[in-house]
Amino acid sequence: MKDQIYLYPVWVRLWHLFNALLFLALIITGLCLQYANINYTLIPFNYSVSIHNISGIVLSVAFVFFLFANHFTPNGNYYRFPKHGVFAGLIKQFRHYSYGIFKGEECPFPVSVERKFNPLQKISYVIIMYILMPIIIATGLGLFFPDFLPPTIFGASGIHFIDLIHIITGFALSIFMLVHIYFCTIGKTPLSNFKSMITGWH
Amino acid sequence: MKKLSLIYLLVFFGTLLLAQETAPEEIEHSPENSACFSCHGSTIYSYYNDILGRNVTKRMNPYFLIDSVLYYNQNHKSFVCTDCHSYECKDFPHNSEMRMEPMPTCLDCHEGDDATARYNFEKIDQEFQESVHSTKHSDEFTCWMCHNPHSYKINARTNENIKETIVYDNNICLSCHADINKYQLISPKKNPNVIESHDWLPNQISHFAHVRCIECHTASSDNVMVAHQVQTKDKAVKKCVECHSQNSMLMASLYKYRAKETRSQYGFLNASILRDAYVIGANRNIYLNVISGVIAGLVILLIIIHAILRMLLK
Repeated sequence: MKDQIYLYPVWVRLWHLFNALLFLALIITGLCLQYANINYTLIPFNYSVSIHNISGIVLSVAFVFFLFANHFTPNGNYYRFPKHGVFAGLIKQFRHYSYGIFKGEECPFPVSVERKFNPLQKISYVIIMYILMPIIIATGLGLFFPDFLPPTIFGASGIHFIDLIHIITGFALSIFMLVHIYFCTIGKTPLSNFKSMITGWH
Repeated sequence: MKKLSLIYLLVFFGTLLLAQETAPEEIEHSPENSACFSCHGSTIYSYYNDILGRNVTKRMNPYFLIDSVLYYNQNHKSFVCTDCHSYECKDFPHNSEMRMEPMPTCLDCHEGDDATARYNFEKIDQEFQESVHSTKHSDEFTCWMCHNPHSYKINARTNENIKETIVYDNNICLSCHADINKYQLISPKKNPNVIESHDWLPNQISHFAHVRCIECHTASSDNVMVAHQVQTKDKAVKKCVECHSQNSMLMASLYKYRAKETRSQYGFLNASILRDAYVIGANRNIYLNVISGVIAGLVILLIIIHAILRMLLK
């Protein structure tokens, strides 16, 4: 533990674990609903609906918890951008992932107690947590209570419009999940980041 | 100037001709019918009572009351009453044997009728004969149980508003299945409670408002517009994916008339459903499917290439 820093407190680890499991459940059941087929079924449609609804509600609660926790603990600082050099930092990190990493270069923004995320991580997590998550939760709630949706939005059926936003956002989050899991293998060893998720030590 | 006047005249008369073609069909109200409606079109009727020597006003039996507005808007609006009823109905008081007169069924007129061949009455009759309405009930169950001859109007073929068709068609089923008085005309059974018997159905209110009973309770066929082979409840559709899928069975029933429309209009599979309803699993956008598939494929490919390069160049 000498070279390690304690970066992930218990609440972050638990929240992250639940978030990951709920994300998986929502992606799988969401695909089962969107591509429902009478000839082959991974999860029966009615179970998919129930699992998707329950997971969505729990994820929304977890999201509200995350907002509060980030507001009242120092963890929120990791999501704040510096006043200058954001774009340059993004370019530097992108260059590392697409070139430097293959040359065995060190990460230009090594993890420290002050800096949990590199610029690319930070911008993607901010987009995910503060833009896409509110969108998918709001549209999900709309689909859960369709009677409250306006009948038409921009001349199109209200419920279809909301559904389109929901599935497009869901798709973007699914792609994030794929990339996020892969990038977790970029550590000292391919499994070291997964170990950190359990122990809290980076 | 003359040419311009000629064009104006052509446009004017052309419009008149078009207007003539599209004007709604005017039905002349038969004087003979008016005599019937003078009593049967009102909740009360009057007649001169020879024995009492004065005019008497009575209440009309509600089951013999005919709404003239509905009558002149229905399929057989051009009929005079005596086309179906005995000529003796012109006499008052009516002959008591009139109550026993057999009513014609659809096939009595429409069987082999070229003018109505497109409705395929023979197939409808065949489906009805195989339906639970026919096999589980006596001959008392005729076409008129569902299709009131004085008000029935075709809907699925002509009404652009699917929701109106749903309400209209479901009310036909509920006229018995939610009315003990009519239900027991043909069945000694306790009136079923459709709300309770559909307890298992998720979002029951939404389903009842957006699909017809017959979507799940009849076997649909390609030869008739509205399926008539009502099946026993154990054969009713209970699998969500029968409707909630790309090959939604709603396309062969509720949306049959529109299913032939081009699907490219909105870029959606099952485009005709899109206009009126939101059916999870049935409304899919072709373009989004392709774009999302390509993006997901490229991301996975990049991840694989990146992982391989990391391993090789380590």
